[in-house]
Amino acid sequence: MKLTVDQDVCCGAGQCVLLAPEVFDQREQDGIVVLLDETPADALHEVVREAAAVCPAGAISVEEGR
Amino acid sequence: MTIAQETLPAYPMRKAPGCPFDPPPELGELQRQGPIAKVRLWDGSTPWLVTGFAEQRTLLRDARLSSDVTRPGFPTIVPVLPTAAGQGLSFIRMDDPDHARLRRMVTANFAIKRVEAMRPAVQRIVDELIDGLLAGPRPVDLVEAFALPVPSRVICDLLGVPYADHGFFQDNSKVLIRRSVTAEERAAARTRLFDYLDGLIEEKTKRPADDLLSELAARVTAGELTRAEAAQMGVLMLVAGHETTANMIALGTFALLEYPGELARLRGDETDPDLVASAVNELLRYLNITHTGRVRQVLADIEIAGEVLRAGDGVILANDIGNRDPAAFPDPDRLDLGREARNHVAFGFGVHQCLGQPLARLELQVVYGTLYRRIPDLRLAVEPADVPLKHDGFVYGVYELPVTW
Repeated sequence: MKLTVDQDVCCGAGQCVLLAPEVFDQREQDGIVVLLDETPADALHEVVREAAAVCPAGAISVEEGR
Repeated sequence: MTIAQETLPAYPMRKAPGCPFDPPPELGELQRQGPIAKVRLWDGSTPWLVTGFAEQRTLLRDARLSSDVTRPGFPTIVPVLPTAAGQGLSFIRMDDPDHARLRRMVTANFAIKRVEAMRPAVQRIVDELIDGLLAGPRPVDLVEAFALPVPSRVICDLLGVPYADHGFFQDNSKVLIRRSVTAEERAAARTRLFDYLDGLIEEKTKRPADDLLSELAARVTAGELTRAEAAQMGVLMLVAGHETTANMIALGTFALLEYPGELARLRGDETDPDLVASAVNELLRYLNITHTGRVRQVLADIEIAGEVLRAGDGVILANDIGNRDPAAFPDPDRLDLGREARNHVAFGFGVHQCLGQPLARLELQVVYGTLYRRIPDLRLAVEPADVPLKHDGFVYGVYELPVTW
């Protein structure tokens, strides 16, 4: 799995940080998403998919099978 | 107006008598017929009403839907007056890039970790207010004595608004969120709140403190923000920061008292943070205190669910019935505090999704995790049918909740 985030689209709702704090964080100055791990371990794949699904802005893209 | 328009269902609809926690039955009927329908508003306009959960999420993420209320033909749930000169609008009424520019100035204050760090302070406020309840007279109105003070004190501390002014801002907020007042009354309340926040920003410019309004005042001085934009953001955060959460506390307590089996789960031997967290999401999903939908206008044609939404059409996304969509939530009309309901649309969806949701969740977790454990025999002091309901609010809830123990 390969992750990308779009910081221009992100609205800082923090849903991803709530679900997967190992993978996502928020910038100190404006709360916009920071990707901590673009190839998360298998055990995190399900919660990362959910984070992409619940991201209100659609700022998280998941490329499977990488 | 054509005859066809006259036969369209009028929106918003009213909840059924004896069903204070359920969306109006007509909404469920529309949802069963399909995810999108046409309805009729007070002015005869006929926007789309989206009732399907999946369709709501798809559309709310679509940049072809505008939130800019200044656009000609933008639908309104009630009559409104043009915004007073010099006041401008808050960013929830704007589209990107203006919306993003302003929202990003305050997003960090509501980031997950920043809000989580407020948990001890919120717990202290909740505990002090429960101490006050236990030492005070019974029965008591839980709204005045607890549900309103909790979020009001929290948002005052965060913004730097003197809590001593709570009577003023609570009274004006109540006018703002009431559908049954006149457009003139609502505009006057908005102006009073705007002037109040404008004065506070001026004060913070001269004597900055460690609070959010002082941060906004510094941005005004630095030329990043106009005074009016700062004051509008202050109004938005102050009103949204207390009224919504207060209603979730009081209505949530009413619902739990009516579902004692669910309430017992929260009162278990030990506090289970996971259950409390899921209870908050489930009560948000179930109760939908924002019950007149999200209002948008189509910028360019959108095809969805076999319909074409044309540029200029109004669209209302009814989160209350969306959160009861059986395709998304099995047995949707059952309150189940253990349900995995975190994908609900009670906070909306898309780039306008509630900015303060981490703070709202924190406050509700502390309240639901504390109140019923500290007052285990809390109960209504009136018949359930006699609890006055905010049918006429943009924000639903109870006007009073007389309780005893």
